[in-house]
Amino acid sequence: MNTPDPPAPPPGTVLELRGIHKQFSGVPALADVQLRLRAGEIHALMGQNGAGKSTLIKVLTGVYPVDAGEMRLQGRAIRPASPLSAQRLGISTVYQEVNLCPNLSVAENIFAGRYPRRRFTRRIDWAAANRGARELLARLDVHIDVSRLLSSYPVAVQQMVAIARALGVQAKVLILDEPTSSLDEDEVDKLFEVLRRLRAEGLAILFVTHFLNQVYAVSDRITVLRNGGWVGEWTAAELGPQALISAMVGREFDMAARAGAQRPAVGADTPVLLQASGLGQRGQLQPLDLQLRAGEVMGLAGLLGSGRTEVARLLFGLARPDSGELRVDGQPVQFKAPADAVRRGLAMCPEERKTDGIVAELSVRENIALALQASLGLRRNLSRAEQTRLAEAFVKALGIKTASVETPIGLLSGGNQQKAVLARWLATQPRLLLLDEPTRGIDVAAKQEILQEILRLAGEGMSVLFISSEMDEVVRLSHRVTVLRDRRKAGELPAGCTEDEVYELIAKT
Amino acid sequence: MTSPSPTVQRVLHHRLLWPVVTLVLLLALNAAFNPTFLHVEWRDGHLYGSLVDILNRAAPLVLVALGMTLVIATRGIDISVGAVVAIAAALAAALIGGSLVVKDGAAADVSRFPMWLAIAAALGAALACGLWNGLLVARIGMQPIIATLILMVAGRGIAQLITEGQIITVYYTPYFFIGGGYLLGLPFALFIAAAVFALLYLAVTRSALGLFIQSIGINPAAARLAGVKARRLTVGVYMLCAFCAGLAGLIISSNVKSADGNNAGQLLELDAILAVTLGGTSLTGGRFSLLGSVIGALIIQTLTYAIYSLGVPPEINLVVKAVVVFAVMLLQSPEFRAEMRRLVFRPAAAGGAQ
Repeated sequence: MNTPDPPAPPPGTVLELRGIHKQFSGVPALADVQLRLRAGEIHALMGQNGAGKSTLIKVLTGVYPVDAGEMRLQGRAIRPASPLSAQRLGISTVYQEVNLCPNLSVAENIFAGRYPRRRFTRRIDWAAANRGARELLARLDVHIDVSRLLSSYPVAVQQMVAIARALGVQAKVLILDEPTSSLDEDEVDKLFEVLRRLRAEGLAILFVTHFLNQVYAVSDRITVLRNGGWVGEWTAAELGPQALISAMVGREFDMAARAGAQRPAVGADTPVLLQASGLGQRGQLQPLDLQLRAGEVMGLAGLLGSGRTEVARLLFGLARPDSGELRVDGQPVQFKAPADAVRRGLAMCPEERKTDGIVAELSVRENIALALQASLGLRRNLSRAEQTRLAEAFVKALGIKTASVETPIGLLSGGNQQKAVLARWLATQPRLLLLDEPTRGIDVAAKQEILQEILRLAGEGMSVLFISSEMDEVVRLSHRVTVLRDRRKAGELPAGCTEDEVYELIAKT
Repeated sequence: MTSPSPTVQRVLHHRLLWPVVTLVLLLALNAAFNPTFLHVEWRDGHLYGSLVDILNRAAPLVLVALGMTLVIATRGIDISVGAVVAIAAALAAALIGGSLVVKDGAAADVSRFPMWLAIAAALGAALACGLWNGLLVARIGMQPIIATLILMVAGRGIAQLITEGQIITVYYTPYFFIGGGYLLGLPFALFIAAAVFALLYLAVTRSALGLFIQSIGINPAAARLAGVKARRLTVGVYMLCAFCAGLAGLIISSNVKSADGNNAGQLLELDAILAVTLGGTSLTGGRFSLLGSVIGALIIQTLTYAIYSLGVPPEINLVVKAVVVFAVMLLQSPEFRAEMRRLVFRPAAAGGAQ
């Protein structure tokens, strides 16, 4: 798309991006992306994982240099070289994780690096800093003691402090990258009130979130990205939830179109393996019911941040529920640690392979033997020969590509690491396998092999809770699909449901 | 360049190569300046010589370093071992009693409580110290250096409370056997250290302890998720470390026939950490080597011996020790060696190693 002479931006435009390109070692992350922010609007930036939202923000705030394209702030071409220079220009960002210093006071956090100085002595003028901090927070309708440590306040207040810090400079554009992911409902409402207040002051606000209802609660306009490309810009009124999801996933989804039932439902006479009733954790997951029968594959669908991982963490003893009850084989259980869940025949491949899955410096053999050995305890030791036999059997069965079973697992490719973590759990012969995004970030061939192995095991009677962002995988593999939205259960779909039905449930706000 | 045979390759890449080289160099240095250094003879019914002496004096450090190795492998550190040494020593000495009992004009061996009880109490107190450290680290989630700092400071106070601020001198001769006696011609303390080493070595190779400790040290989240009872194990490892320190306390107090709450085991924690590091175990946790730590402890003891036997003036001997330790650390650093190789072999760098 070549527009040699762009038309003058409509009045009110604060920031305009055109034809933005960005590549990472030859792989395009952004291609011909545009974005236009107007004064006094809240603009939602939407897209699936890997759509390019974060990259766009990082380009805009000077974290990454842009490869090609034009950025104009109030008509003036800009090219921020660093977050600091972006901030000086008037583009401020509040990142997903509150990155402030918990051990400094609120005022220190707000003015860190740009303390007001006394005129002659050049010493920090603490009185002015505290006064300034109070004023900035008052603008957000937050009235707190700014001399107290940041860590003494709840996350929601810390988030406000982060916003106040961003506003401290003469901000024209405020970027919020998933600001609500760690807030509960009341706190989100409070945040939105602040955003509306800032909008009334004429600020342009760019808002990234995965919560659909939040988009419609505050946004005036929506820009959608998909696979690093620009899909379109709409006003929130003209783009309904269904159309928004269509735009995000890249095709029309039609409620009428139904694929034939691919997997028959597991009969009601099959014993219930796991039953959760009203299981929930405050601020993480609204109470939900879940039932899994032996040999059943249950899909857990939802957008990122919809509470999928939280479900798995609660079921596996990684988080403690504060409401509801969990039963395995009809007996109530309380898992204090994953070891308790393992004893009951549960297994879990975590979402974050690097931080929660592999033990990088240990060999493939040790990694595969780890869970089985942990369930056997300290004394019933698997000999090295037994470990080798076990590991070699799984390397062969799952097609793990490694020089030998003694290779440190950290040296394997992502897909092979994932297979090894899967092997670790299959070695314990689990009755219920929780798979959290088992196919993320791995190549297509490995993905197919892993999915096939899951189906084979389910055929042999193992139950599976299958979490994935890839909706086609979920509907293809699952006997039933539980859909989550905004950390609560949105509904359940039977075998043979279509992707569109899942999206429809996700979009229903 | 001919490529070396596989056996030579294995030796060259063995992780204990550099610790062993260092120890041999230090022994050679001693031997060069002191012709009788390597001489061992049979005298008074036991072996006698500098080497025996070094082994004997290294025993407490070896013990503490062994316990410390496992703590460090879990990504922790225990700087309270010196204080635990003092507590164990004080308790044992106090229970045996610090008064000279004279019967029929000769000193008699009388203890306030049976010696086995004194030893059991000392080791029990050490285990309690380890439990405290372990709970602070694994349950409360304190940083290990802070958690054990508490006992490092408070432990000296506890030891002095036990000794009532005095140095307790022990006159009960059976107690002297632990740190000063000989069995089969060798110092008894050596047997204690050897037994602990053998037990730990068997535990980490023949049970799953080694695998669990390493996985906790490398990736605690993944280990816990895989069902490893990480907290319980961590507490156990701190208890083991304190137990080793307790044994060291018995040996030290028995050897010097007294218990000094203030100075027993002073700075032993630093020597132990140094020994573990010299032995090739990384302070970031994970892979560890018990044998390496033993060699590390022997390096430190040999170095201390060399400084004294070479007649380094006392006012500079700490500086000399520091310089040697610094040099040894550089020698053992793969990065430094690679850098040196680059500087030395620059012209022929094309075919260089790696």
